[in-house]
Amino acid sequence: MTAAITATNLTRRFGDLTAVKQLTLSVPRRSIFGFLGPNGSGKSTAIRMLCGLLKPSDGEANVLGIDVRGNPEALKQRIGYMTQRFSLYDDLTVLENLRFMADIYRLPGDVRDRRIELTLQRFQLTDRIDQLAGTMSGGQRQRLALGAVTLHEPDLLFLDEPTSAVDPESRRQFWEFLFDMVDQGTTILVTTHFMDEAERCHELAILDQGTLVASGSPTDMKQNLPATVIEIESNETRVVRNVLMPQPMVIDVAQMGTRLHALVEPGRKGPIESLTSALATQNLTVSMQVVPPNLEDVFVMATHGLVPA
Amino acid sequence: MTFSWARAWAIAAKETRHLRRDRLTGGMIFGIPIVLTLLFGYAINTDVRGLNAAVVDDANTSASRALVAAARATQVVDRLATARNPWELQELLAQGRIAIGIYIPPDFERRLALGQRPLAQLLIDDSDPTLLGVAKGLAALPIDQTDPNAAAATFEVRALYNPERRSALFIVPGLCGVILTLTMVLFTSIAIVRERERGNLELLITTPVTPLELMLGKIMPYVAIGYIQVTLILALGAWLFNLPIRGSMAEFYLAVGLFVPSVLTLGLLISTLVGTQFQAFQLTFMTFLPQLLLSGFMFPFDGMPRAAQYLAEIFPLTHFLRIVRGIVLRDAELIALTPELWPLAVFFALGMALATLRFSKHLD
Repeated sequence: MTAAITATNLTRRFGDLTAVKQLTLSVPRRSIFGFLGPNGSGKSTAIRMLCGLLKPSDGEANVLGIDVRGNPEALKQRIGYMTQRFSLYDDLTVLENLRFMADIYRLPGDVRDRRIELTLQRFQLTDRIDQLAGTMSGGQRQRLALGAVTLHEPDLLFLDEPTSAVDPESRRQFWEFLFDMVDQGTTILVTTHFMDEAERCHELAILDQGTLVASGSPTDMKQNLPATVIEIESNETRVVRNVLMPQPMVIDVAQMGTRLHALVEPGRKGPIESLTSALATQNLTVSMQVVPPNLEDVFVMATHGLVPA
Repeated sequence: MTFSWARAWAIAAKETRHLRRDRLTGGMIFGIPIVLTLLFGYAINTDVRGLNAAVVDDANTSASRALVAAARATQVVDRLATARNPWELQELLAQGRIAIGIYIPPDFERRLALGQRPLAQLLIDDSDPTLLGVAKGLAALPIDQTDPNAAAATFEVRALYNPERRSALFIVPGLCGVILTLTMVLFTSIAIVRERERGNLELLITTPVTPLELMLGKIMPYVAIGYIQVTLILALGAWLFNLPIRGSMAEFYLAVGLFVPSVLTLGLLISTLVGTQFQAFQLTFMTFLPQLLLSGFMFPFDGMPRAAQYLAEIFPLTHFLRIVRGIVLRDAELIALTPELWPLAVFFALGMALATLRFSKHLD
């Protein structure tokens, strides 16, 4: 089975700015593929090129067998795109919005009514059919938006930061919907800057300033991380961080709540001893242990250009 | 992608829902025609009547008194004060207390007998240009009652369609076109920009909807609204100003069906050219003013320079004014107005093609 998306050296420039640089990737069917990256890393631009909304400046991409460089109108019936900003109509009700989208995709009357009924149930909107979309909460709007772009049962679904405006409980529930859809054969490409969401993806691509800096499954990426992670517990995390950062073996020190994660070059002998002695000169005593890397460690390393893509 | 009426209808139905929920636009649909019809029908009046005037009658004969009476009978002058001498007339004019001064010289009878020199003098406040025309009317006042030997007026003028010269009769039918041009362009010029500003467009262009479906869907509801407005204006005209509708209403509505889509495409075109709703408003008024001034609604078309006439021939309003005055006032048949119909059709087709081509399903 061919991949749902293959992109080769996909590039997009806006004047002098290169938003996406030579992106090469392959998204397997029936999987959730994540674009992880900070704001401005080129996630949205990449998605828009793959939907056919933006023409690539360079490179090529094949989406569901269709070349996006031409006039990819044939693609439109087979994809769904949930934009970052709520893009349904605030002054239409839930039912009116769903009916409108169903009609735009030309679902026949009986299919339309059945799918809308199903969507309302699945996304718990049945008792809100007459509510104006503009008056709903972030989580409800997000469910409506997902429902609206999946009415025509697209083969490929693009979600651009779908959960940035919703609470953690809605987020968890949202991902359950996504896994259900993958189970039914949909391929999903999702952008996020949340690590816990990235963790749920089958495959990940980490983007930084328009460049793909790392990719693979979250598990592989963590296992193959070219660094030793040392977790440090201290009451004075900021001071400890300032002492450790200049150490030659230390790549970076990231704070995770009350703890620090020190990324240390691999293959060094006795990293804990070295760090402890460095801290002792400043009369700082802490407890340390080597821990398995998490995705944030991968992200930090990748954005330093230290993970082989 | 092939064209689908179902998708165009879906867009049209959605637009209608927006309209129903948008109180401001809803208010404008009825408010603008009512306010403008009342304003133009009552307040804006090009008939000149009831002017203040003064007379100096240095002849004071029966013939001179008859002339003054005749001037008063025209109803153009209303109160006719008496002044002592021509200098006082000039002073009254300068003060703005009178608009017209009539001076009848002492040798009035002799001039009348000789029939060579002008009989009397009219002093006109022509700082108001409309009064100059009035003066010409008064100057041509026949004085055959005073002298049976005087030559009869060369022409007898008969006004066929508006003998009482009521402005409302000229203005209200034309107002249909003016109001439609304003409101239709105003509504549709924001149609696409609004979707872009609110972020709806990014979703819409990832769906299979085609530009032509979107454009047609956007204007369909407004065609119906155009009909409502026209009916409202004509009803107000008939009720308040006794506007007679002499031609066939069916043919008039047919012409509206060609005019409204043509102005709607102008709005659509504006919508594809601008980036914000504010710019859409600005551009709407920029296109509205030349139409208002050059279409023949406010100023006589034949009096304009050639270049302005050519420009005005492009505007749908120019042609619609001729159609509406023809049908409503002159009982003209639509088929006879074909020269005014095809420019509307051409404008619609070109506008639609341009708007559709301008609208790209890409974000860049």
